[in-house]
Amino acid sequence: MNARARTLLFLASGALAAALLLWGTAGLPGFGRYPGPYGDIINAVALSERHVTNLPTAVIFDYRGFDTLGEEYILFTSVTILSVILRKREGPPEPSGAWGGFSEPIAWAGWLLSGVTGVFGLYTILHGQLTPGGGFHGGVILASLFLLIFLAYEARVFLRIFPKTALEALEALGAGGYVLVGLAPLLSGRGFLTNVLPLGQLGDIRAGGTIALINAFVGVEVAAAFALLVTEFIAEIEQKEARP
Amino acid sequence: MTVTGYLPYAAAVWVFMIGLFGIVTSRNLIHLITCLSVVQSATYILILAVGYRTGAAAPVFADQPVNTPAVDPVVHALALTDIVVAATVTALLVALTMQVYAERGTLDPNELRPMRD
Repeated sequence: MNARARTLLFLASGALAAALLLWGTAGLPGFGRYPGPYGDIINAVALSERHVTNLPTAVIFDYRGFDTLGEEYILFTSVTILSVILRKREGPPEPSGAWGGFSEPIAWAGWLLSGVTGVFGLYTILHGQLTPGGGFHGGVILASLFLLIFLAYEARVFLRIFPKTALEALEALGAGGYVLVGLAPLLSGRGFLTNVLPLGQLGDIRAGGTIALINAFVGVEVAAAFALLVTEFIAEIEQKEARP
Repeated sequence: MTVTGYLPYAAAVWVFMIGLFGIVTSRNLIHLITCLSVVQSATYILILAVGYRTGAAAPVFADQPVNTPAVDPVVHALALTDIVVAATVTALLVALTMQVYAERGTLDPNELRPMRD
């Protein structure tokens, strides 16, 4: 099929699909008229039940904690698959790290921003129960620290600070820690992922019981997973450069 | 039941379709992956629009009284899940694209034919 016929076919079927979607959304309550009840229930009970002020975090790591476990393992599995896909070719098994070395302004920008980014990433992870943020967001910010170090120096320095085995161990710690926090209540006969820890003071950084713990584990997992992604891609490009 | 009450949903449909159009007409796999991200962002608009309530605040009570009317935190959590899945899908597709380029020497999906060996 040539490009023109394909575009025409898409315009015809796409118009139909768009009409179907619009028809489907027409049955929804109008924008700004959220009918509830689930969000309203969470808004009413979560503060007194869980002592956290950022309610999406309470939903993610507690009320819907089982789903988030699956979500975390989506990330874990995809990083595993990615390293399998990228590592099948010949060449040095471990990256030598010679690739990199960017122009001076870029290196300076990376050097200046890396400290701020690291602190901001940790802040975002640790305050996930209180203000917008959490393990997923902060983990990604923390992972961009690895990219900035790569830009500021070169892949070799990056790999010396964060060896791949260390990143893999951290990722496993984050993923396994979540499961262990979920399994611990079983010992006392309660359900998987029951919030058993003391809830602490409302608004305190340690508040939320298992929420704070799971949040930290997710932060470690996400940061290590994205750092591993970066290492895999760097190693891949490096091998390409090294080949004649 | 005004038309403007449905504009955000229409915007989600529009973003979805424009991304799909990009995928269908794409001549470059990296461009195609970006178009897929556009399609996925339509779902963020839809999910967040469903949970919105006019005049309500964000469901974060760190700096507002406990009884302030707030939008639905459940859809915010869903959007976060959505974004994480989108990021992993993008990473996997980029890795596959690198493999395609290494094996076939092209990024144009039109030039890819079934492998014979």
